[in-house]
Amino acid sequence: MANIEVGGKSYETDEEGYLINLTDWNTDVANYIAKTESIEMSDQHWEVINFLREYFDEYQIAPAVRVLTKAIGKKLGPDKGNSEYLYGLFPYGPGKQACKIAGLPKPTGCV
Amino acid sequence: MLHIVNKSPLSSSTLESCMNTAVGGDILLIEDAVYAATAGNAFESKLRAAMGRFKVYALQPDLEARGMGDKLMDGVTAVDHGGFVDLAASNKNCQSWL
Amino acid sequence: MSDVKKFMFVNRKAPYGTIYALESLEVVLITAAFDQDVSLAFLDDGVYQLKKGQQTKGIEIKNFSPTYRALEDYDINKLYVEKEALEARGLSAEDLIVDVSVVSRAEMGKLMDEQDVVLSF
Repeated sequence: MANIEVGGKSYETDEEGYLINLTDWNTDVANYIAKTESIEMSDQHWEVINFLREYFDEYQIAPAVRVLTKAIGKKLGPDKGNSEYLYGLFPYGPGKQACKIAGLPKPTGCV
Repeated sequence: MLHIVNKSPLSSSTLESCMNTAVGGDILLIEDAVYAATAGNAFESKLRAAMGRFKVYALQPDLEARGMGDKLMDGVTAVDHGGFVDLAASNKNCQSWL
Repeated sequence: MSDVKKFMFVNRKAPYGTIYALESLEVVLITAAFDQDVSLAFLDDGVYQLKKGQQTKGIEIKNFSPTYRALEDYDINKLYVEKEALEARGLSAEDLIVDVSVVSRAEMGKLMDEQDVVLSF
């Protein structure tokens, strides 16, 4: 267990930096976590983050990378639904990094 | 006596043992035992037959969790957690059938 | 591919009362990454896992039933539900959260017999 401080408030995370409470998430926390991952958030990043949050809301899981890639392709088009594009945004893995920034648990099936 | 049962009647004989053994009183169905009180299940007639000797209750949050909030058979009373406490308090003693 | 095996996950427990249903679902999602021929069987109290309208706020346990609707995204499309088990519980296919194949107990037995690997929950 660990804590991060954002805007004078303290948030609980696990050892790897994933938020413990899904309801703690807000855009300030997302920006903070992104910074710790050395990611400069752009509209393209937010598009993926928002997609992940909607997916979680609907299905109660963070999708595996393969599933995320396919689902993004379906919703946002093939130029975004490929691993080159997604790894370009999240170099250490769209599953791990994007889920962390989105305040979701690690994707199921992610080792 | 309040008898508390938490096993599905279609995968465990616990509720049947309870009904066959206990002389009477209140039965509170919780967790997977709430399936016993859902309309059209294969145990329904056995539970109904026992209603002469027992007053039967089912825990509403457990019914709702299982998507059975609107399937409660008539004759069974739904109670919330407060009702659970009231039942425990109003009975002289209680027994959990695990 | 010749090394694709037929995996069947057999679900026989109601959700929430025990951890089996959730554990099974998690293993299924992980297995999906290995591109095998995966099918899910629901019999006995396992059919309750797919009941529509689950609301778990009152018991403070995560409602994982929406995740069955994501199985399609994971290319898991073979969901078999035993007809006799549904009937014994006053349920029909319309009560379930996902589209399934309703099969008789005899057909279920045959499907099990065709598998290379059967995992029981």
